[in-house]
Amino acid sequence: MDNIITVSNLTKQFGSFTAVDHITFAVSRGEIFGFLGANGAGKTTAMRMLCGLSKPTSGSGSVAGYDLRTQGEQIKRHIGYMSQRFSLYEDLTVAENMELYGGIYGLSRREVSDRVDQLLTALQFADHRDDLVGSLPLGWKQKLAFMVATVHRPELVFLDEPTGGVDPITRRQFWDLIRAAAAQGTTIFVTTHYMDEAEYCHRISIMVDGQIRALDTPAVLRARYGADTMEQVFYRLAREAKRGD
Amino acid sequence: MNVFASFVRKECIHILRDPRTMLIVLLMPVVLMMLFGFAISTEIKNINVAAVASRYTTDVRRDLTALEHNPYVTFKGMIREGEVDAALRSGRCSAVVLFGRDGKRHIVLDASNSSLSASAAIYLRSILTADASASALPVTTYMRHNPQLKSAYNFVPGVMGLIFILICALMTCVSVVREKESGTMEVLLVSPVRPVYVVLAKMIPYLVLSLFNLATILLLSHYVLEMPVAGNLSVLLILCTLYIVLSLFLGLFVSTLAQSQMVALLICAMVMLVPMMMLSGMMFPVENLPPVLKQLTFIVPARWFNDAIRKVMVEGLGFAAIWKELSILFAMALALFVASIKKFKDRLE
Repeated sequence: MDNIITVSNLTKQFGSFTAVDHITFAVSRGEIFGFLGANGAGKTTAMRMLCGLSKPTSGSGSVAGYDLRTQGEQIKRHIGYMSQRFSLYEDLTVAENMELYGGIYGLSRREVSDRVDQLLTALQFADHRDDLVGSLPLGWKQKLAFMVATVHRPELVFLDEPTGGVDPITRRQFWDLIRAAAAQGTTIFVTTHYMDEAEYCHRISIMVDGQIRALDTPAVLRARYGADTMEQVFYRLAREAKRGD
Repeated sequence: MNVFASFVRKECIHILRDPRTMLIVLLMPVVLMMLFGFAISTEIKNINVAAVASRYTTDVRRDLTALEHNPYVTFKGMIREGEVDAALRSGRCSAVVLFGRDGKRHIVLDASNSSLSASAAIYLRSILTADASASALPVTTYMRHNPQLKSAYNFVPGVMGLIFILICALMTCVSVVREKESGTMEVLLVSPVRPVYVVLAKMIPYLVLSLFNLATILLLSHYVLEMPVAGNLSVLLILCTLYIVLSLFLGLFVSTLAQSQMVALLICAMVMLVPMMMLSGMMFPVENLPPVLKQLTFIVPARWFNDAIRKVMVEGLGFAAIWKELSILFAMALALFVASIKKFKDRLE
């Protein structure tokens, strides 16, 4: 199978504290991969290593075909990233934000303007092209942030709690966008605390105390733990955590 | 689209979309120049003088005429000897000239503002001794070059050193930390944009603004404060540009260190401003400082700028005279630039 992420025994230590403890997994191309875990379980640290932001203490892996340990800069070029904190510039317009990130990822002026038109049309948002981002409602900002993260057509997009603080209707719309992107072959690596969203993922992993405690499709996990919902599966596993926040 | 160009464009938009801040940045130098140039001046504009005389000899009459006709003196009339103290105390006059019976002349001053009264004393003496004899006194010759004891000659170069470092550092010190606060920093770090580009792109629009400020300051100093540039203008511009770039990098460095905009502004405004004023040689000559403080001035950029700009602006010297200051300032700018990039990268871990 064609894996876009493969890591084996990935570990990150801060002094004597092991934030990520020998995790091994693979994500295949075009998959929506849910990366779950309670706060402090080590999700963010693991994700930072996968994005090329921090170097693993030990273990190895590759992301989008580049080595985690040595080719961080190449990885950055081929992934998209959207953080839990809203990360567009509020005093720039919708189009200016897209143009900026297009420019940062090395798109030509022509490519950028084509891409902006295309994304805004897909969002049915062309009328708001020249609106300041700061004047938009939060739900729209989050959808825009996702579009901006895919402006350079990355093969793989990391979403760090993308729907935090957003209303249920907008969350549903947001997931429509995610599924549309995945249908076009983009791999989605997403963290979330909403268990209904976990159901939308093709496969999910649950991290507890820096280790991956479970990894499979939602249906298989529910069956294995004799649970009706993912929420129950998550409780069962996360309750075993030794360390707190 | 070029990575660098799109980043510079973004920084320019930030500035242009915030006209209030831009206005402050462009007006602050004017206000500071005016404040330092006029309000905080030790020069003589107008001395209120009264006189005490018991006999009106030819000499006394000649001196009184000189006082009355001097444009910088307002002659408040004759008073009695017993009234001297009251006149000074009430503020009706700041100096009294006493013509003694023996022909000796005394000047009594209100010395509550020591530096002002010192200048007034020298100035009055120069009026009184102006045509007393043909033998020129040393005081008289000195006064001819700066008969008003213009404080602009002293203040303008020093104020420039302060204004640039204050405004430039204040402008850039929030620019990196703002992105940390808004969350955009995270996305920038994940993107392939190189820290060198980010730091340079943040500097360039502010450099343009600062060069505009430089022009304002030089025009103000020339036409309003009547402080002409004695030396070569291009040498002066090179020196100032280098100093501006250094100040911008200083702000950026603070910005990469600080955790919030508030902290960054406090560091720039409080921690840097006061020592900078004390140690730059602007207010107190570096030569007069105690040894420990004197050593400290070596790391204050404003001190080197102050030395160099006095040489160019007041003494009219050229490149050869300021190469040492120029290279020190250049080294400091480079060090701050490298440190900012390094600090920016450190955030990755």
